[in-house]
Amino acid sequence: MSTGPSDSEIISLVLKGDYNAYSQLVERYKSYVFTLTLRFTKNREDAEEVSQDIFIKAYRALADFKGTAKFSTWLYTIVNTTCITFLRKKKLDVRSLDDEKTFEVADSQDSGFRANQVEQKSRQNMVNRAIAMLNPDDGEIITLFYKNEQSLEEIGSILGIEVNAAKVRLHRARARLKEKMEKYFAEEVRDL
Amino acid sequence: MKQNFFYSPLNEGSFGGNSFDGFDERLWEYIDGSGTPEERSSIEKLLETNRVWKEKYHELLEVHQLMQTSALDEPSLRFTKNVMEEIAKYQIAPATNTYINKRVIWGIGTFFIVLIVGFLIYSFSQVDWTSNSGSTLPINIPKVDFSKIFNNTYVNVFMMINVVLGLMLLDRFLASRNKNIHKEA
Repeated sequence: MSTGPSDSEIISLVLKGDYNAYSQLVERYKSYVFTLTLRFTKNREDAEEVSQDIFIKAYRALADFKGTAKFSTWLYTIVNTTCITFLRKKKLDVRSLDDEKTFEVADSQDSGFRANQVEQKSRQNMVNRAIAMLNPDDGEIITLFYKNEQSLEEIGSILGIEVNAAKVRLHRARARLKEKMEKYFAEEVRDL
Repeated sequence: MKQNFFYSPLNEGSFGGNSFDGFDERLWEYIDGSGTPEERSSIEKLLETNRVWKEKYHELLEVHQLMQTSALDEPSLRFTKNVMEEIAKYQIAPATNTYINKRVIWGIGTFFIVLIVGFLIYSFSQVDWTSNSGSTLPINIPKVDFSKIFNNTYVNVFMMINVVLGLMLLDRFLASRNKNIHKEA
């Protein structure tokens, strides 16, 4: 994932009082945390605020990191709980965006996907838009598996579920993602 | 292959004698590289011989590859600076195990154990061990007078909480044992 000092080396520096070393961890994981948070918040402003909150929480709780799991797995557990709390507070509509109307709402939301026309047709952008249309749980598990390089065991630990349950949830999320692609991005897929 | 992306063999009917159940799941497991070697070789055989499986495999593989190529979203350029400015206001909290006194935990645990043991002792003391009721068991359960203990709502609620806590503890114990078994496997 990265070059330079390992996560545990940075953590021990921070715990010894070198708080500036923590910026290396923020730099290393900010995109992963931000992408994951965006799955829940559906807009960049909230995602940035929640991500910042996550890094602050992680910093304050750093002494509790035992090193038995990867730092990223521990960090994503904080992401998961913080995002769930955020959704509860905001009382956001977390239903799956199934119909045309909600699709339009999702499409009009500023999720960082509205670049120029050419970019919109790109492979990455199309997948990102399709993932953004999923409900937060599905978006989260797909992001953890494909982008955040977490194994099913680690995903189970992050979400507090058994490995088999994580596997089933991932299968279902992928099936729903495929449905979204079929429904809304058939043309883009053909053009790729 | 592109025109097959949204093609669903599930609509086609014949599956070459294979069940529809877990069709996608089996292929996803194969694509993820999980599953036993026997399962993988049986799927490989199916992919060689069954057109429907092969087409579905390519369809799912394409989705898999699309997801792998997707990019991460980036926060604003000032993000790290903002975080560092914020954390300058905070201190790292001491590790949880340093401020939770283990003696307190043990004390609470001992209290509950003493309570349950006391309840059992009382129950057994109510049994008339000398009487011969014709039963093979020396204990005649209907003779135990529980009404002296469970005579008000507070005691019942308290006992119910104990039972729930006990079940939660048992669940955690079994889950951790299950996890260890998986790890060893």
